[in-house]
Amino acid sequence: MTSAVATRPEDQATQKPRRLKTNLGFSDRVFRGVARSGGALVLVIMALVGAFLAYRALLALRKAGPSFLTTQEWNPDSGAFGIAAVIVGTILIALVAIVVATVLAVGVALYISEFAPRWLRGFLIASVDLMAAVPSVVFGLWGAFFLQWEVLGLSRWISDWFGWIPIFRVHGATRHDPLATETVYTSSTFIAGLVVALMVAPIACSVMREAFSQAPPGEREGAYALGATRWGMIGSVVLPFGKGAIIGGTMLGLGRALGETIAVVMIISPVFVIQPRILENGTSSVSSLIATHYGESSPFALSALFAAGLALFVMTLIVNFIAASIVARSRSGAVSEV
Amino acid sequence: MTLLETETEREARTTTVTPPRTTVPDRRRPHAHQSPRPLGGVRNTDVFALIGGLAASLATTGLLWIQLGPFTGVLGYIVVSWVLFVVTYALLVSFDEDRPAMVDRVSTVVVHSIAVVLLGTLLFILLYTLYRGFGALTHLNFFTQDMRNAGPLDPLTVGGIRHAIIGTLIELGLALAISVPLGLLGGVFLHEIPGRFSRFVRTVVEAMTALPDLLAGLFIFATVILIFGLDKSGLAAALALSVTMLPIIIRATDVVLRLVPGSLTEASYALGSGQWRTIWHVTLPTARSGLATAVILGAARGVGETSPVLITAGATAQVNTDPVHGPMMSLPLLAYTLVQNPMPDMKARGFGTALTLMVLVVLLFAITRLIGGRAPGDLTAGQRRRRAAASRRDLKRFAGRSRLTAGAYPASPASFPSSTSHGETQ
Repeated sequence: MTSAVATRPEDQATQKPRRLKTNLGFSDRVFRGVARSGGALVLVIMALVGAFLAYRALLALRKAGPSFLTTQEWNPDSGAFGIAAVIVGTILIALVAIVVATVLAVGVALYISEFAPRWLRGFLIASVDLMAAVPSVVFGLWGAFFLQWEVLGLSRWISDWFGWIPIFRVHGATRHDPLATETVYTSSTFIAGLVVALMVAPIACSVMREAFSQAPPGEREGAYALGATRWGMIGSVVLPFGKGAIIGGTMLGLGRALGETIAVVMIISPVFVIQPRILENGTSSVSSLIATHYGESSPFALSALFAAGLALFVMTLIVNFIAASIVARSRSGAVSEV
Repeated sequence: MTLLETETEREARTTTVTPPRTTVPDRRRPHAHQSPRPLGGVRNTDVFALIGGLAASLATTGLLWIQLGPFTGVLGYIVVSWVLFVVTYALLVSFDEDRPAMVDRVSTVVVHSIAVVLLGTLLFILLYTLYRGFGALTHLNFFTQDMRNAGPLDPLTVGGIRHAIIGTLIELGLALAISVPLGLLGGVFLHEIPGRFSRFVRTVVEAMTALPDLLAGLFIFATVILIFGLDKSGLAAALALSVTMLPIIIRATDVVLRLVPGSLTEASYALGSGQWRTIWHVTLPTARSGLATAVILGAARGVGETSPVLITAGATAQVNTDPVHGPMMSLPLLAYTLVQNPMPDMKARGFGTALTLMVLVVLLFAITRLIGGRAPGDLTAGQRRRRAAASRRDLKRFAGRSRLTAGAYPASPASFPSSTSHGETQ
């Protein structure tokens, strides 16, 4: 700006960029102060959430020590409690959810941005956004009363044919026995994961679609001009451009999947051992533990719950900061919106 | 063609047939053979391959299901015939096309199928809730009574969700009263005061968007209920909800404000108004419909949250309009509680409650679409009329003033920067 000012030759040696100083009026100074404090309030709330969880958890954490991370039981009043089982359960549910949700989200995002006819596009975007706001209790009802019973056949088929892979093994299942009971397949990590997948897929999808639709038209047309088919164009332009958004959207979905409560509570039957067999009845998660035990009266049991909450808080924060930084650094970044 | 044609020329034209060197456009039939060449479109072979693949896969699977194999089940039929379809279709296409074209066709099929699966499943979830919950909704008492007198064995003609509807509205209203001013302020801050601090705040807001809603409830439980000794009540639930809604509103506001055309704010600065006046008189009014969208998006998310309410509001079967004392029921929590009951009528009530909640969310979204479908500065007819009236009033005022100051101002129509013109040029 200032370099455009013509100067006499003798001044050029000493030329420094001119300082531009704005003299803010009183009302503007007040406004900037208020706005800054509004921004700071968000930081304060977030810090308070962490601080209070930590403060409340202190009582239990001090007593349990490092065994809090390795114990599988949950009996705070008898002193034996830890989050090993629930953390593993949480991560497994989230992993099942995110594997399914990523496939669905990428597919739908590609469909909306590349394949769908123009007149349908606005409607599809609106309905995916609506799906992201469908209350989790609705998904939970559907999962517990409908999907659970429909998916048993699939669970059984997988465990019959792929039971030699440890995570697909089911204890108590009899292979190829048509009369075997199906209850060993209910309330499993797999079913909870499927329902959570349907909940997080719209969220991941809208981040990805946003990025896909902003792939530069010049490069798209270049790919077509070089003779690419539509899929060739997608593979060489759209997907590389949206790579950051795919990873970031997936991580955002993962963060949401880790914290999902009600839908998971309605489906799983809680067990407090590390249960890596995802098709088998019984699993648990941190949030469902808190939601089912929050009514406990003893302060120590409550403190233990707050400790579990703190673990969940730290976990989701880490996942989300990684997600945010990946999205922001990618080429399509800085435009993501949920 | 000139009139002075020589004899030889005329003779040459009539006797010898020379091929025309150039084509003169035929003006009587404009664009007779000049239709735009279709670049995309469907060819016959595409249709044949599609129909052939479908027929082959359906028939083969049918043979497997009915004649050959011990298979049953609709879901399995669909899955197997889909797999067979993809294979057959790829084979059929590979007869006519090269490899990249075949990959293109197969991937098109796969992407379409994924879209149908997800969108179909989501639609099915809504229809299933409708199907299971509709029975409860047909009784009018479902909306006019609470659950005080309804035991587990009572039929659907007794008891309803009035207390939960009232509770949801009170909690949502309080939560909006807290989170809307703070959220708009935060969004304005992120947009208007860029810098390192606001970048950091934006990152934290993004992390807070994904804060598990349960933890928001746990936070309010730890502070407001355990430390300040407030009851489990509507106010506590509203506080928890506003913690979850605040980041959503901030982010949506930030995005919406970015869409306000820079020329408008710069015009305002150029006329000498400060930052605050520009925001209050130009930026916010221009983005009004988008801001409403932001608020409703937050409300739609907040109204469906179950877990913060579960921890902070408590459960009751009666109407409670006092947000400070006593537990207060809300729709998602009631749905969650009712379906835990083994009696079928209670389950039907639970689904009915979920359906009511769903309808509420869809309504909020419909309102969002209605008012948020407009670009910033794009006005409705009524708004445009009001702007024109305001403009005429200003003109009259200016004219009056110019008469007072004896022609210091010319009495020409004042043209000042209005967003109307911007909206029309778009």
